[in-house]
Amino acid sequence: MSTQVPEEQEQTEPDEQAAETAVQQRETPGDRRRAERDAERQERQAAAGAPAEPDEDAVLLKVFRYDPEVEGKMEPRFDDFYVPRKKGMTVLDALIYARDHFDTTLTFRHSCRQAVCGSDALFINGRQRLGCQTQISDLDDPVRVEPLPHQDVVKDLVVDMEHFYDQMHAVEPFFQPEEESGGDLEEYRQTRENREKIKMSTRCIWCGACMSSCNIAAGDNQYLGPAAINKAYRFAMDKREGENMKEHRLNVMDQEHGVWRCQTQFSCTNVCPKDIPLTEHIQELKREAVKQNLKFW
Amino acid sequence: MHEHDVLVIGGGGAGLRAAIAAHEEGADVAIVTKLHPVRSHTGAAEGGINAALREGDDWELHAYDTMKGSDYLGDAPAIETLAQDSPSETIQLENWGMPFSREDDGRVSQRPFGGLSFARTTYAGAETGHHMLHTMYEQVVKRGIQVYDEWYVADLAVTDHDDPADRECHGVVAYDIKTGQVEGFKARNGVILATGGTGQVYDHTTNAVANTGDGQAMAYRAGVPLEDMEFVQFHPTTLPSTGVLISEGVRGEGGILYNSEGERFMFEYGYANNAGELASRDVVSRAELTEVNEGRGVEDEYVYLDMRHLGEERITDRLENILHLARDFEGVDGLEEPMPVKPGQHYEMGGIETDENGETLIDGLYAAGECACVSVHGSNRLGGNALPELIVFGARAGRHAAGKDLGEPEITTGKTDDIEKETDLDTPVEPGAVGASEGDAVADGGAAVVEPDETVRAAVERERTRIEQLMEKDDGIQHAELREDLQKSMTANVNVFRNKEGLKQALEDIREVREAYQDVYVNDPSRTFNTDLIHTIETRNLIDLAEAITLGALARDEFRGAHWRQEHQERKDDEWLKHTMLSWNEGSPELWYKPVILEGENKTYEPKERSY
Repeated sequence: MSTQVPEEQEQTEPDEQAAETAVQQRETPGDRRRAERDAERQERQAAAGAPAEPDEDAVLLKVFRYDPEVEGKMEPRFDDFYVPRKKGMTVLDALIYARDHFDTTLTFRHSCRQAVCGSDALFINGRQRLGCQTQISDLDDPVRVEPLPHQDVVKDLVVDMEHFYDQMHAVEPFFQPEEESGGDLEEYRQTRENREKIKMSTRCIWCGACMSSCNIAAGDNQYLGPAAINKAYRFAMDKREGENMKEHRLNVMDQEHGVWRCQTQFSCTNVCPKDIPLTEHIQELKREAVKQNLKFW
Repeated sequence: MHEHDVLVIGGGGAGLRAAIAAHEEGADVAIVTKLHPVRSHTGAAEGGINAALREGDDWELHAYDTMKGSDYLGDAPAIETLAQDSPSETIQLENWGMPFSREDDGRVSQRPFGGLSFARTTYAGAETGHHMLHTMYEQVVKRGIQVYDEWYVADLAVTDHDDPADRECHGVVAYDIKTGQVEGFKARNGVILATGGTGQVYDHTTNAVANTGDGQAMAYRAGVPLEDMEFVQFHPTTLPSTGVLISEGVRGEGGILYNSEGERFMFEYGYANNAGELASRDVVSRAELTEVNEGRGVEDEYVYLDMRHLGEERITDRLENILHLARDFEGVDGLEEPMPVKPGQHYEMGGIETDENGETLIDGLYAAGECACVSVHGSNRLGGNALPELIVFGARAGRHAAGKDLGEPEITTGKTDDIEKETDLDTPVEPGAVGASEGDAVADGGAAVVEPDETVRAAVERERTRIEQLMEKDDGIQHAELREDLQKSMTANVNVFRNKEGLKQALEDIREVREAYQDVYVNDPSRTFNTDLIHTIETRNLIDLAEAITLGALARDEFRGAHWRQEHQERKDDEWLKHTMLSWNEGSPELWYKPVILEGENKTYEPKERSY
């Protein structure tokens, strides 16, 4: 079957809600339920087969399509999908609907649906956002969905994350306390203030929105980028690691492709779905690095 | 063919902990996972980790609470192992830098949770799982453990012996999602399944889209029994629109539930006169649905969870994540309004039968975490007991697979000579495989394959053939429709409230879906990132698991823990202090029973009435 999608498709299921409510009542006789399901299926098939006029109640998604090995998709293009609006519908919901009802070849990463797995950072109406966290009702119609800019597109909305992961791994992203814990259930004590200090930085979900939004990262492949520097910040500011380790971490950051590349454009901070003050963290590391250099001067 | 000492399938909490443990024992270990590890659903866990760390608490209290919570269907050796190992495993996470919430003295914070006699739920805000997952992934990076991410493990490489107890697991077959290559992975020592939950069997679930029970389904078809699958936890506080979880921490901190009449129903209607909102999850879920069924629900669907009285400071300090979730996924400001909540599928208590070392009936095959059933949770899991299970049993499985001697397990796996078989289960349709092709029969007519390399090669060939068949077929039915039919029937018939008629209906529906699946095809012809193909394979797994859940639910004619039967309103200890076991049996599922072990290290747990 071709991956070509009819230009305009729509799907309306006015009775869907009613049907769902009915099936949820456990006393519903199986026969009735089955009849409803068959009716739904017929409706679904009818709708999928016949391109209809766009409905007022449908949102138009314009979705980027590309596949390196499928004829007709090797040239990037945009496909239109008319998805029936529902209260509370997110961009991810709409993409899932389009995939499951219109075109099962539509490809995107997603998993938790609740903004914690970081799989579905996308370029939506010109801005990096998580699909699952973005309400359709907050967007102008049509909704344009593209893969994250500045990363190689693998297929449709899926980008190659390897470079992002490499940068994350490059900052020694693991706890390195100077002293062994005492063992026997001994904790490294941490003040509430210090925990608060690192709290925002530990919220990162590795979605890559910040890196994609950063002009500097786009032009300098060696630049660590906001997420990796934030990871370094998370450890540098964690007093459980100790002063010497902090010095070491600042040295890792205090280099050409480290903190000094940042030109404080705040684009990373603006797009971060977890509201992490990335630019501030980078600036603070710059200040700390300067202070440290002065100390040894 | 790739080759390692130990292969860990899945990169969530249990998988990462297993990999670290195996590595520490000196094994060459690799993680094979369909998602990058940080995408795993452990990251969505909110509440915390139960661990008896503080003065006034001890592991025996934790074990007692867990046994009571399990409604006496947990096995004492498993429960006691959990309670004994959890403190050191929890502090291990702290020592790896996990950013726990802190007390004034700088030690990790603990809070009360449902069903606990002591406030022992150790937490990091309302995002404990996120921090746990990332902290352990950091340790994996530090150790240079190899991760094959976005590789989908499609089958196990298990020898052809007739008796499952004689079989050995020598590796897996995995599909590289990026390139479409099918490759064999040989494990010299062992394969550890850590594939998480089965939430996608239902349509209203807190689980991720990736939680399709792949490990359970693969182990089941390879001959390992599934245990207690009918025990599905429905979390009482999920957002109605999406199923997004609102942590039990909200009630732990003092949040209250009320109905459309403004009544605090947990007390007003006597569902839990002592513990109120902090009764065990099954109790609260049933109470909420009873309120709705009796006309006291809001919009006939949900109830309210209110935390406004806790004050902005406390909420922001301890539950900030909840504010974000309520805002983003329900459009509700938790500081200004009560949050709408209803029960949603949350956790599968049952799973792959293992012993306390994570080992299954098949030599060299392990399971840990939600996909496994040791059994710690019995018929109902307590909040805060899933995360310690991941680290305690993940670590044990990793060590054991790497060759460390952990002593003889007290829990036995597989059938003994004197097992009790279910002989008169009244099913409306034959369960199990449709025709020989679906039986996934281990032998395919030729000589039995038992040599390790040959076992892996044969499994690779089988999988290549299966995938080619799915890809080459160019019309038929698509999996999404089947998955939806399956989920709807399970939600309608095998939910919080269950009765015989509904369960039989579900079996009929599952059969219909299974038969329709014979005609399934993959629309996407691409070898690059073909999620259509992956989802189609996953849907097959969901069918087997839905059937397993429903068969267990039909067989168990009593009310215990999360399993409520309309016609059987009592816990029947004389008859049912036993685990429901289901063997695939080459496509003709066989139901049998295994007694619960209530004898602990120092005492025997006497079943008592479970009231809160």
